[in-house]
Amino acid sequence: MAFDSISAFIVMGGHGPYVWTCYAVFVLALLGLGVWSRRQRNTVLRTQKRQMDLEQNGRVTDKPAPASFTRIHPS
Amino acid sequence: MHPIRKKRLTIILFLLAGLAIAVGLTTYALRQNINLFYDPTQIASGEAPLDARIRAGGMVKQGSVVRSDQDLTVEFEVTDFVSSVTVRYTGILPDLFDEGQGVVAMGRLHPDGVFVADQVLAKHDENYMPPEVSDALEKAEASGARAPAMNQ
Amino acid sequence: MWQFIRQLFHKFGSPKWFYGIASKMMPWLLAIGLILLLAGLVWGLAFAPAERLQGNSYRIIFIHVPSAFLAQSIYIMMAVAAVVTLVWRMKLADLFVRAVAPVGAVLTFLALFTGAVWGKPTWGTWWVWDARLTSMLILLFLYFGVIVLMSAIADEKSSARGVAVLVLVGVVNIPIIKYSVEWWNTLHQPATFKLTEKPSMAPEMWVPLLFAVLGLYLLFGWLACLRMQTEILKRERRTRWVRDLAAAGGN
Repeated sequence: MAFDSISAFIVMGGHGPYVWTCYAVFVLALLGLGVWSRRQRNTVLRTQKRQMDLEQNGRVTDKPAPASFTRIHPS
Repeated sequence: MHPIRKKRLTIILFLLAGLAIAVGLTTYALRQNINLFYDPTQIASGEAPLDARIRAGGMVKQGSVVRSDQDLTVEFEVTDFVSSVTVRYTGILPDLFDEGQGVVAMGRLHPDGVFVADQVLAKHDENYMPPEVSDALEKAEASGARAPAMNQ
Repeated sequence: MWQFIRQLFHKFGSPKWFYGIASKMMPWLLAIGLILLLAGLVWGLAFAPAERLQGNSYRIIFIHVPSAFLAQSIYIMMAVAAVVTLVWRMKLADLFVRAVAPVGAVLTFLALFTGAVWGKPTWGTWWVWDARLTSMLILLFLYFGVIVLMSAIADEKSSARGVAVLVLVGVVNIPIIKYSVEWWNTLHQPATFKLTEKPSMAPEMWVPLLFAVLGLYLLFGWLACLRMQTEILKRERRTRWVRDLAAAGGN
């Protein structure tokens, strides 16, 4: 440990506010990105499932396409 | 590779090269505006304008810092090891300000050659080391070894 | 070897294949990335020695450098993907650009923010208009431009091409960021890490920094996989395999 005590660790020789602000913003931003990205994917899946349930009840008719991507042939 | 793809790739590469040249020439033409500060050699050779607010940057010369007894005025020489310029500043200096450290001062160059600054920023170099290592280096320096040079 | 690369390249044309591979890699990327990043940050915050001049404020480097490094790497990866989009019309490449642009924007913001907070106690100012700081700000605006453009054009193909062209135009900014500190006088110091020389930093400082950089890189890999999966699901929602996946609840 580079510090003698927990309080010295928090104060950081007077630079505490600067250092801790940076680390807090960094952790929050990354956490936010992760949670937001996960939620986006789950929302897409859930929306699709709801859509399919509606289709099964015969309210929406939407024929599934085989694929929307075309194969590419790099050469 | 497919001829169409080859053609597309060539076009992209040509466009990118053209863009790079255009940006390169522009930044080259504007280089004096992109430079944040004038170094002491440029100031000594008269490249820096006299009547405009400019920045001067370099290293604080060892042993050149003179502090006033009455107020916060401090005078020091900024050097790039070729020429140097005297800077006068009244105010609180950043923590990192010290002899042998880099600074960037903002202010006006007076006709008598003194640079009167209203803001002094400290410039850190790219070397990071713990205190013990720098003490050891200083000892080595004192015994005749060359100090690590600071480049800008 | 070349044959293998071509086969791999060929496979990348298949979003379904990529979805499966991404699912397999993600737990590893997340776990190893988190461990490395946490180890680097705890080491840097609590165990690395103080710096001789800056004291403890330099500890911001352990997040500033990884953020700035990733911000530029992501843009370079996006530029490579843009070339692939324009030359080979591979849709997965376009999906990659869409998926990671917001991540790049966040990391660029973090690099700028942590730099500003670090600059106050070190230089004596939050911000100066020097070449390094300004070119980093331009990078942030480039990311914003890409994000706005990709949602502004509805047609998939024209959107992909427009975004790819913008990404490629912006790539000239990357060497400017990198060499700004050498070409011009800046307040920002030159690079501490160079490919050809040993770092001008004590090992007990650069080892935790390396951990943090590697960890953030892997976490970016995880985020990129996750966000590309989302984009694939959106684009492929009418296909059989996505419908089966949705019916099974995403597993």
